[in-house]
Amino acid sequence: MVEHTVKAFDEDITRLRGLISEMGGLAEVALQEAMDALVKGDNELADKVVKGDKKIDALESEVDKLAVRVIALRAPMADDLREVIAALKIAGVVERIGDYSKNIAKASREIGDRKQFEPLTLLPAMADVAGEMVHDILTAYAARDPALAREVIATDEKVDAFYNSIFRNVVTHMVENPATITAGAQLLFVARNIERIGDHATNVAEMVHFAATGNYPPDDDE
Amino acid sequence: MEQRQPFPIAAWLIAAIASLGLFLAGADVWLAGAALLVWTGTLWLASSTPPPAPPREDDPPISRYRMSELIENSGSPILLVENGRVTVANRAARKTLGKHIVGQDARVAFRQPAAVKLIERGKSGIATIKGLVQRRDIWRVNLQKLSKGVGVVELVNMTAEADISRAHTDFVANASHELRTPLASIVGYVETLSESEDDLAPETRSKFLATILAEANRLQSLVSDLMSLSRIEAEKHDAPSEVISLREHVEQAARDAAGPDRQHRLLIEGEQDFRVEADARQIEQLVRNLVDNGLKYGAQNESVVVGLDEAKSGDARLTVRDFGEGIPPEHLPHLTRRFYRTDPGRSRASGGTGLGLAIVKHIVERHRGRMDIASEPGEGTLVTIRFPVARDAG
Repeated sequence: MVEHTVKAFDEDITRLRGLISEMGGLAEVALQEAMDALVKGDNELADKVVKGDKKIDALESEVDKLAVRVIALRAPMADDLREVIAALKIAGVVERIGDYSKNIAKASREIGDRKQFEPLTLLPAMADVAGEMVHDILTAYAARDPALAREVIATDEKVDAFYNSIFRNVVTHMVENPATITAGAQLLFVARNIERIGDHATNVAEMVHFAATGNYPPDDDE
Repeated sequence: MEQRQPFPIAAWLIAAIASLGLFLAGADVWLAGAALLVWTGTLWLASSTPPPAPPREDDPPISRYRMSELIENSGSPILLVENGRVTVANRAARKTLGKHIVGQDARVAFRQPAAVKLIERGKSGIATIKGLVQRRDIWRVNLQKLSKGVGVVELVNMTAEADISRAHTDFVANASHELRTPLASIVGYVETLSESEDDLAPETRSKFLATILAEANRLQSLVSDLMSLSRIEAEKHDAPSEVISLREHVEQAARDAAGPDRQHRLLIEGEQDFRVEADARQIEQLVRNLVDNGLKYGAQNESVVVGLDEAKSGDARLTVRDFGEGIPPEHLPHLTRRFYRTDPGRSRASGGTGLGLAIVKHIVERHRGRMDIASEPGEGTLVTIRFPVARDAG
């Protein structure tokens, strides 16, 4: 990127990107740890994820403040404006990803006996795909790489397919073992949360694409 | 060192002209003379003391530019972080993290919370982070503080080491498991035989004895495979010095592996011979293992084709192809691991030790060769090995 005449502006934008990356890193770890807690039934880890979400929220409001300040003081134009707007939106979405991870951690505390639950083996595989999306999209954001952003958007289908198969699987399981309905319902929420994380990673991908090129990705089905 | 500058002629001339002017303007001759004297004297004094030489430093501080030159070609990724911003990244770092990181906030390069914390704290320290480049890899981030707000970050990829230490633990666990299973069954059968010597039917006795023999044989081949594996590993870093003719050994070993019963299923292709620097015994062992695998796991009515020809690169290319059910792609990366089995039951039933391909891999590595296994489920498997041809072969 070309340097700006006003050095402070450069510094603000760099700091903004740094904050977004930091948030992303925290959200990535939160998802990973929430899934670990879910699979192993580790309530301490789950508590840690729930507590850690506060830090993501704090960072989000920091990004908001900084972005508004940059707009007010520097009146950015063209790609700078896109950069700031994208940062503003991405921060909101990443914060949601953190929230979903928190929800997964909360749900993990509600699930009692893990032994007899076959869908529990499918969920980590699904979370892997979603986690990969989050990881890739943060890398794409750091590198301003629209091609990688489009790849992430394409991956979302896999997460949706996983969601459908897990949904059917869990429902069948609950029909057969009514005793597990409470835990099963929690697992459905977890699957739903992971699915939403995938969708949100797609949203970030669109913003990354927008910030880098000025256009939304071509096959946008909105 | 005293360094006297040349007398400033021009300045003295100006002084002389000025004094002359003063005299002509009607000043007293003595006054004009005195002015010239003072002027010249001042010039003399000033020029006679040269300006003090700047203090020489024997050890100048390294500039950022010099430092970036210094680290540029280092094999491990190194970055310079100044006030939370990446200002210098060497080639390895740019390759690992992407070119975009230079000039960015350090958090853009390392967004993992542990690394962010380390850099924010601004003190020397080490953090281990997961998912720096790929989601599953493990890196050690080593921050050394140079001065306030300036630090050098070195990255070390620990993924392979984590793999190796896991593989090592696996090996010990697997080896003892593999050795114990045949031993346990030998012990069991021998106990039964000795305790109930009289009331055993002769058929049962001979059946038991046959099992004992089979298990003992398996134990024997396991031990000998383990021995050759450790011998090959020990020699791994001394390149073989003998120059041998490859075709002769390959054909001989392939026929040995097939034995009289399976000779008709063996097909040897190609005419060309190569002279390579190799250990003849090890090359034979390699071919035996591959051909034996092909015959064992390929379809029983199909042949195994052993080919020896020249690769595009000019290397000698040995191929062993079977037409069996193939290997599912998820197993391919692990095939050369010790005791790795795609289907444990079948492999053990056919007398495999689980070490064959591990031995092959080590032999190939010792001969500076390259090995590639391609497989299509339902079609068969193709093992390709390339050996560099001996230089003096002409």
